Amino acid sequence: MDPGILQWLRKEMADCLFATVRAMPQVPVPPESYDAGRNQYYSTKILKEMLKEVPEDAFKILGVTDKDLCIPILTYVFGEAQLGGTAAVVSLARLRQEHYGAAPDRPLLLSRLRKESLHELGHTFGLIHCPSRDCVMYLSNTVAEVDGKGRTFCRACMTVVTSQTGAGRE
Amino acid sequence: MTMEKSVDIMVVDDEEIVRDSLSRWLEEDGYNVEAVDSGKKALERLPAKSWDLMLVDLKMPGMDGIQLMEEVRKTNPDMLVIIMTAYATVDTAVKAMKKGAYDYFVKPFNPDDISLTIRKIVDHHKLVQENLFLRKELKKQYKLRDMISKNEKMLESELFGHEKGAFTGANAIKRGKLELAQDGTLFLDEIGDISLKLQMDLLRVLEQKEFRRVGGSDLIAISSRIIAATNRDLKGAIEEGSFRADLYYRLNVISIHIPPLRERREDIPLLVDHFIAKFNIEMGKQIRGVTEEAMRILMDNDWPGNARELRNVIERAVVVAKGNIITESDVSHPSAARSANHRAKSLDEIEKEHIRLVLNENHWNIVRSAQTLGIDRVTLYNKIRKYDLKKEDVPPKQC
Repeated sequence: MDPGILQWLRKEMADCLFATVRAMPQVPVPPESYDAGRNQYYSTKILKEMLKEVPEDAFKILGVTDKDLCIPILTYVFGEAQLGGTAAVVSLARLRQEHYGAAPDRPLLLSRLRKESLHELGHTFGLIHCPSRDCVMYLSNTVAEVDGKGRTFCRACMTVVTSQTGAGRE
Repeated sequence: MTMEKSVDIMVVDDEEIVRDSLSRWLEEDGYNVEAVDSGKKALERLPAKSWDLMLVDLKMPGMDGIQLMEEVRKTNPDMLVIIMTAYATVDTAVKAMKKGAYDYFVKPFNPDDISLTIRKIVDHHKLVQENLFLRKELKKQYKLRDMISKNEKMLESELFGHEKGAFTGANAIKRGKLELAQDGTLFLDEIGDISLKLQMDLLRVLEQKEFRRVGGSDLIAISSRIIAATNRDLKGAIEEGSFRADLYYRLNVISIHIPPLRERREDIPLLVDHFIAKFNIEMGKQIRGVTEEAMRILMDNDWPGNARELRNVIERAVVVAKGNIITESDVSHPSAARSANHRAKSLDEIEKEHIRLVLNENHWNIVRSAQTLGIDRVTLYNKIRKYDLKKEDVPPKQC
C-alpha cells in the first residue's frame, strides 16, 4: 500500500468530515479472509479483524487495501461497511484503470478512492444509498458509476454525518 | 436522504454467511430485510408483512427453493421470487422460471445485475401501487351537475343528503354527494349559479370541514377535494353582489382558466375524437372519424357554446351518419354550419340566430338550452323576450 496515498486520503477525509483523522501503522490483511477459489479477500472477515484494532479514542475506522475484495454472494465489492457501526474497508484493486486494461491514472484513482472512502464511511454513519447522483452515497457498482456520481455528500446526507462528527469530537 | 418507500425483502438461505452478507448489502440500499434459514421458517414469517420480494436459495435441506415458491404462491399468488443457486444448470433455471420465478441468479452475483433487477422490481411495484391508488381515487369521483336546473331544496338535498322525514317525500335517509365523495373528489359544475344561501352553506362546509344532512343533527366530517367550475365572471358577480367573495377566495386555491374553444382550435380534433368514441359506445355505433371537409367546417366554426356545443353537433352527426365516417353533410347542422358569412352580421343578429338554433336543437327546453349557451335561465328568458323569439315547428328528436 502506497504510504503517499494513505497520507493524501487522511487529509481529504479530515477536510470532508470536519474531523481529526490519523493514519495507523500498516497491517497485513487477515489470512483467513482469503478465498483461494476466487483469489479474493472476504471483506466482512477483514472488518471483523479491524474492529479488534479500533483505538479507544477513535469514532470510526477505515481500512484501505490493494487486495480485491468480495462478499460470498457478490463477485466483487469496492468496499464494505458496518451500517451505523464503526468499521469500513475500501479496496483500490478495482478502482485502478489497470484492472480494466487501461494505462495507470493516479488522479482518477485518487478521485475514486476519495469517493468510495466517503461512501463506505457514510454507511458507518447510518446512511443508506442516496437517490441523488450528485451525492457520494449514490449506489455505484461500476467505476463508471463511481466517476459519474458527486464527490461529496448531498446536503441531507451531510447533515446526518456532521451531526455525528460533532458528537465524536466532544 | 432515504429512499421514497421502504421495500420489504425476505432472504431465505440455509448458509449463514450468505444470509448475513446479502442482508447487509441490501440494507445499504435502503431495503428492509429479514433473513431466515429454511423454507419452513419463511412460510411462518410470510403473514407477518406485506413482502415485496423473496430471494430464495434453490438447494436447502427439507423444502427446496422451488417447493417453497409453490407453497408461497398458494396464499400469495403475485409474490415476486428470485431464485438463487450455487449450482448453475440450465434445467434448474428453466424449471424455476417455468414455475413462476421472476428471475434466477447464480451465486456469486454481479452486484450490478442484482441491483438493477431489484430496482426494476421496486419501480414496477411502485407503479402498481400508484395505479391502485389512482383507481381508488377515480372510483370516488362524484359530480354535481345541472346546478342551475335544480331548485334550492333539491340542490341542498343532492349536496348534503337528508334525513328521513326532513321534508315531504323524504321517505328514507339519503346520503348527499359531499358524503359520497368522502376521501375523493366532488366536482361542482356551474358554481356561479347557486343561490346565496347555498353559497353560505357551502362556505361553512369548506371552512369547518363538516356538515349536517338536511333535517339532521349529527355533524359529518368530510375530507373531500372540491373542484368547482363556472362560465361566469365570478369577480364581476362579486361586485354585483350575486357571489360571495369569501366563498370565491376559499374555492380559488388553484385556478385553471379554460379559454373559449375558438382560441384553442387545435383541441377541436381531439375533442371530436373523444366525443365520437363516447357516442359510439352510448349508441352502439362504429364511427371511425370525420372527413377532411367535415373537419374543416368544425375547425372554422367559432363555437360560442364551446365544447358543449361541439359535443351536441358530434352527437347529432353520429346519429345521422350513414356510413362509419362523419361527412360534411353530417356536420352541416345549423349550429356547425355557420361560416364566414355570419361575420358580416351585427353581434345582436348573430346572437339572436344562435339562440334560436340552440333552442330549436333542444326542442325549446330552456334548461338545456341555457346550459348549451352557457347562460342562466333568467338571462335566456330575457334574450327570448328581447329578440321576440317564438317556438317554431321543430322536427322530432332523432335518437
